[in-house]
Amino acid sequence: MPRVLLLHQTSLGKKAIVAVTGVVMFGFLTGHMLGNLQVFRGPEALNHYAALLKATAPLLWGTRIVVLTSVIAHIYFSMMLAAQSGDARPTPYAKRENNTANLASMSMRLSGPTLGLFIVYHLLHLTLGFSPTGVHSETDVYANVMSSFSIWWLAAIYIVAQLMLGLHLFHGAWSFFQTLGLNHPRYNALRRYFAAGITLLIVGGNILIPSVILSGYRTQAQLDAETPAAPADDAPVEARNIVVE
Amino acid sequence: MAGDAKTMNLRLHVWRQTSVKDEGRFEEYAAKGVSPGMSFLEMLDVVNEELITTGKQPLAFDHDCREGICGACGVMINGNAHGPQGATTTCQLHMRSFSDGDELWIEPWRARAFPVLRDLMVDRSAFDRIIAAGGYASVRTGSARDANEILIPKQNADSAMDAAACIGCAACVAACPNASAALFTAAKVTHLAELPQGQPERMRRVVRMVDQMDIEGFGHCTNHRECEAACPKQISVAVIAQMNRDYLRAKLIAPADNENAGSGG
Repeated sequence: MPRVLLLHQTSLGKKAIVAVTGVVMFGFLTGHMLGNLQVFRGPEALNHYAALLKATAPLLWGTRIVVLTSVIAHIYFSMMLAAQSGDARPTPYAKRENNTANLASMSMRLSGPTLGLFIVYHLLHLTLGFSPTGVHSETDVYANVMSSFSIWWLAAIYIVAQLMLGLHLFHGAWSFFQTLGLNHPRYNALRRYFAAGITLLIVGGNILIPSVILSGYRTQAQLDAETPAAPADDAPVEARNIVVE
Repeated sequence: MAGDAKTMNLRLHVWRQTSVKDEGRFEEYAAKGVSPGMSFLEMLDVVNEELITTGKQPLAFDHDCREGICGACGVMINGNAHGPQGATTTCQLHMRSFSDGDELWIEPWRARAFPVLRDLMVDRSAFDRIIAAGGYASVRTGSARDANEILIPKQNADSAMDAAACIGCAACVAACPNASAALFTAAKVTHLAELPQGQPERMRRVVRMVDQMDIEGFGHCTNHRECEAACPKQISVAVIAQMNRDYLRAKLIAPADNENAGSGG
């Protein structure tokens, strides 16, 4: 049997699996965030992007299977490890102070399950189409997103979930370096900056979508799509003249 | 002693437990006339003297050298392993760290792997078994080798010494929210892994010691770094990363027979 399949037998092996699956999800989240920002380029761009993702079945299903397997393994082995730690101190301290543990590190076992529930909700809402708005289109992803995030509480669910994601990522993105033994005196301090930077990037980009849509602001590309007749300011003079006439 | 060396009175809540089987409970004591120059253990000695003269059982606590190098002492003081002062063992913590009228909660290290024997004393033989599983280098014995016969780069010697500063006091386990023994085990793995003498058994050592750590019932490391903050010898969590790296190498890359190879000639 390949030795990698025996890793799960020990605590450090389980931790390595949790770390690697976390990195896989990190990669997915980065792509997911960048892709979804296309909503600000208007309906055509987003719907074209969505169609592109679904165009190649092996790519679509390959990604789905890898990400889903990672999610399941991440949750399963995290739960086993949490149980191990739960057993390790049967009598709690009457008093205990934290000196270096932070909100993010201490809330992993809260932010994790919250994100698990959110992912189920998110898939039901925007992938499977059980939308609280009552309307869902398989092809007009732009309309789904815009109608959903115009409802304040729907947008709020997503924004709160992203804040939880931020807590989880901030600790996870630092922690995986330690767990996988990726350290070097020269670069150790950078690991915290990396974690903070990538967390801000992913969470910031994701929060932008529901919050900007809810605020009612529309980019030029979106406005153009809603009133297709008006050409842009930088169109050739002749084109503008035609419209004026 | 300084001119303003007035004494302090403290209220102590101390964990009392008669045996491993006893459930245990906090009991309240008054520590009167405590000098700021006393060590924490001397303060407990004073309390014990009064307990003995009034015919009560004295507080049981581990201690030996009382100069911060043996690793025998250690209690939780108001939720901090070895008390509030960094890089200090309980015996080297002085009462000047506290103020008159303070209320102190004094508890033993708490972990399944460390059963409480009596009051503040815990059984730390789980650490001995982790060492016995691989925390040694097998060498030919005989006459002493010449100095500098084995060349060791300064950087490696330094990091080996940093890791070898571990006195096995178990404050890392006590301070860890998961009761993990990762810092202790990693320090013992690393101080040998940094030296040429440790190389032949390096892969099998890390596997055996980590496996023993799991068997003893410690929790797993979630990188809170509470151990590093509590460690009286300031051992860095960098050793944990090194242990993790060596462990994954041993499990995934190193030749399979390495787990049994390497017993010294």
